[in-house]
Amino acid sequence: MSNSIIIICSLLYLLILFGVAYYAEHQLKKGKSIINNAYVYALSLCVYCTAWTYYGSVGRATTNGISFLTIYIGPTIMAALFFPVLRKIIRITKAQRINSIADFISTRYGKNASLAAVVSVFCIIGVLPYIALQLKAIAISFDILTKNAISGHNFFSDNTLYFTVFLTVFIIIFGTRSVDATEKHEGLVAAVAFESVIKLVAFLVAGVFVTYGIFNGFNDIFLKANQIDEFKKLFTLSGENANAGWFSGILLSMMAVLFLPRQFQVGVIENVNEEHLKKAVWLFPIYLFVINIFVIPIAFGGKLVFQNMPIDADTFVLALPLHFNKPLLSMLVFLGGFSAATSMIIVETIALSTMVSNNLVMPFLFRQQNFKTSIDKSIRKTILYIRRFSIILILLFAYLYDQYVAQYFSLVSIGLISFAGVAQFAPAIIGGIYWKTASKNGALVGIIVGFFVWFYTLILPSIAQAHLINENIISNGPFNIWWLKPQSLFGLEGFDSITHSLFWSMFFNCTAYFVFSVYSKPIPQEVYQAEIFVDIDKYNLPGSDSIWRGTAYMPDLFSLLENFLGKERANNLIQNYAHRHKIAIDFGSKADPRIVSFSEKILAGVIGSASARIMVSSVTKEEELSLNEVFKILHESQQMIELNKELRKKSIELTKATEQLREANLQLKTMDELKDEFLYTVTHELRTPLTSIRSLTEIVHDNPDLGDEEREKFLGAVVKETERLSHLITKVLNLEKYESGKQKLNLTSFDMNLLVKDLYTSYKLVANEKAINLTITQPNSMLLLHADKDLVQQVLVNLISNAMKFTPEQGKIHLVISDLQNEVQVSIMDTGKGIAKELHELIFDKFFQAKNQTIKKPVGTGLGLAICKKIIEMHGGKIWVESEIEKGACFTFTIPNFEPGNTLIEYNESSI
Amino acid sequence: MNQAYKILVVDDDPYILMSLEFLMRKNGFEVIIARNGTETLELLEENIPDVVLLDIMMPDVDGYAICKHIKSSVKHKECKVVFVSAKSKEADIQKGYDLGAELYITKPFSNKDIVNKITALLD
Repeated sequence: MSNSIIIICSLLYLLILFGVAYYAEHQLKKGKSIINNAYVYALSLCVYCTAWTYYGSVGRATTNGISFLTIYIGPTIMAALFFPVLRKIIRITKAQRINSIADFISTRYGKNASLAAVVSVFCIIGVLPYIALQLKAIAISFDILTKNAISGHNFFSDNTLYFTVFLTVFIIIFGTRSVDATEKHEGLVAAVAFESVIKLVAFLVAGVFVTYGIFNGFNDIFLKANQIDEFKKLFTLSGENANAGWFSGILLSMMAVLFLPRQFQVGVIENVNEEHLKKAVWLFPIYLFVINIFVIPIAFGGKLVFQNMPIDADTFVLALPLHFNKPLLSMLVFLGGFSAATSMIIVETIALSTMVSNNLVMPFLFRQQNFKTSIDKSIRKTILYIRRFSIILILLFAYLYDQYVAQYFSLVSIGLISFAGVAQFAPAIIGGIYWKTASKNGALVGIIVGFFVWFYTLILPSIAQAHLINENIISNGPFNIWWLKPQSLFGLEGFDSITHSLFWSMFFNCTAYFVFSVYSKPIPQEVYQAEIFVDIDKYNLPGSDSIWRGTAYMPDLFSLLENFLGKERANNLIQNYAHRHKIAIDFGSKADPRIVSFSEKILAGVIGSASARIMVSSVTKEEELSLNEVFKILHESQQMIELNKELRKKSIELTKATEQLREANLQLKTMDELKDEFLYTVTHELRTPLTSIRSLTEIVHDNPDLGDEEREKFLGAVVKETERLSHLITKVLNLEKYESGKQKLNLTSFDMNLLVKDLYTSYKLVANEKAINLTITQPNSMLLLHADKDLVQQVLVNLISNAMKFTPEQGKIHLVISDLQNEVQVSIMDTGKGIAKELHELIFDKFFQAKNQTIKKPVGTGLGLAICKKIIEMHGGKIWVESEIEKGACFTFTIPNFEPGNTLIEYNESSI
Repeated sequence: MNQAYKILVVDDDPYILMSLEFLMRKNGFEVIIARNGTETLELLEENIPDVVLLDIMMPDVDGYAICKHIKSSVKHKECKVVFVSAKSKEADIQKGYDLGAELYITKPFSNKDIVNKITALLD
């Protein structure tokens, strides 16, 4: 493939990246944040997979077998620990406006500037080669694609240089938009997430091509590979020091996935919402799993295809499609590796440049008296220039490293060496968020010692192997002291170099950290920060997290903020803060201590906490606080939080009470509505008889010449309608009595059998007249019931007369009384036209017919059944109907057969 | 009073029907009566009344439906509809007018009043 095509494609790809980043920033301006999304967050975490893993995994698989998996198993285990560890770190970072891993460590240990500087320097030393490795990967893959033998490193024909320049521009544009380093890099994160998709897709496509295009699926590859002895060995876990190697690999990558500057950047600093962790916990491991599915098939495939060719296993991913003449696929694979490399470079550079500017350059500048006095509004530009300059510097050094140093080292190990370097921060960070006694001295000495051992055991041997220093140091130890041999310190042999280094560096690091923490006296500021970090949830109150007791004048403080943030933003922040905390601001006088702490925190976001502390103290006359006072302040803030909790509880209770009130109100309202409806229905029912009474009397009154017969007819109707009216009124009043509980039961013992029999006899005559066949089935014995006889009779009359009304001539009505041990049951069956199923419950409502329908009930007041139901319920019984249209109806009620003076009375009282 | 006017009185309450029948006849209308919706629809097939006094709540077909029927029929396009109902809610009355009724009289009514209103309606 020709040089120019590849360059054009790569540049096009970078342009797309610009597009994605620009689009994200543009969306943000419209108020939509693309990175405020759990999936984007999880994808951005996958910046973990660099070109080293993209190409190198296959290489490691061919030489070391499945041990390449360790660096994915570690993060997977860590993902399970995201909640206790990463979430806590995120919370602390947000509360303290921390902007890098160095800032995190220094803030924890009393905002110590030297600690920040040390961590920053070590980060650069540890990670710069790693960035260089990415550049190298781009260059090598480029060469493979163009089939150049490793291109001569002529300065101007070197494409790596152009890519580096391009990336520098990109990072400067999207990485230094805001002077506040705690602000999210919307565009960058979006671009990185996008790249994670590209590299995954590219690698999977390559994998599918090898597995199914070149071979016949997994089975085919494994069967063929199984015939080669060399492979069998690789994929068994019986290596002599396999266990130690596995363990150290997993442990290293567990720490790396949190503490590599780029991982800290995307995982913590760029995290928008800690809720995103919930999805990341499983999405991130799934990504790692998926991207590894085809590693072994590609490794086997490469070995089988290139059996006797001198092709580096690291390049199999790209070499295979190229070998089979698939230019498009090769291009895609190249771009996948390119994206893996660029995303790593972007994020790592941003993270490192923040550290360089905030923890190295700025503290140095702020210590210079004449610089401090000359700070004015141009300081913001200065900070941005420093950061841009840092970016250029870092990439320049990475480039130079790649060009002039990298050749002396084996590339493969650089990744793991970096991992082992950043692992030195783990004790200080993990200890710092769980162990209050951990002190600045412990952290500082631990990290320095750990780093020294790391350098001595891993870097020194590489330098010696490159013949840059005398190799004698390696084989015999410095000054021929055998127990100082870098690769077998104190005679420790049998581990691989990484495990060996990890063991000793961690051993010294942790020991120093522990001993110095326990035996050094912390300054108050440290105690305070320790308290806040370890108990972040207890002190998570804005404004309670710095201790200033001293005097600062508002104008000084404000002009400081103004210089760093601009007048408008500074003013907004201060006003908002003062408003939230109800602090009166007087721009002409002393500042409230809380405003001072808040200002420091704001500044920390811009220039790092250590520098912020220097700046704020320059305008404050600070008084030294005693330890006792620190504890007092902490205690007060804790009390505040408890008070706050109490208040929150009260407010929740209040909300609940309000909710209950609202519900009660609603209930009252519905009851009111029901009452209204009832009243409406009653008046409506009264209107009909009233209408005819009024109209007919008016006729009689207005027509004196009316014939006798007509007059009698009209007056007779008036009398009947008046009766109907009074009947209706009585019923309404009755029902009201039952419903309001005013009706008392007049309980007597009587024979239910006899009562029904009597009614049967009196109705028999009427039934005969209507040609209805009325029959009865009842037990022979007496059926004593303790109840209100009149009311029970009323129920019976109502049900029987209803049956009579609705049963046509020649129909049948059958009464059944049965003794069911604890209760008496009476059924009235008719052969009338029946009741539709959906009405079976409704008919017991008062005036049910009137509701939302205009079809009138056949006969009756519409209150009878409602009253029956009330009476039966007052006796503790039940009433219901079984019926189908055209098949008659059967009304049944039961009344419990209580002994006299038994629970029945109680029921009535409680029901009232 | 024009005696050619034919009035159909519809109500399921026999006494109200009785009084309205007397009242309208007394005032020179030619009166036909119906005791429910079905009867009304049957009578409307054979007769073309000038005005219908219509109850709303009836056991079978309600007055609104009958009004709709009248208003949509070409045969009865000259026919005026007067609801006479115990339903006195604003919404019920509005519904009556929306269906095209000319008048809505609530029960109980005054004889004089109802006669005057109907006469005015026809003049």
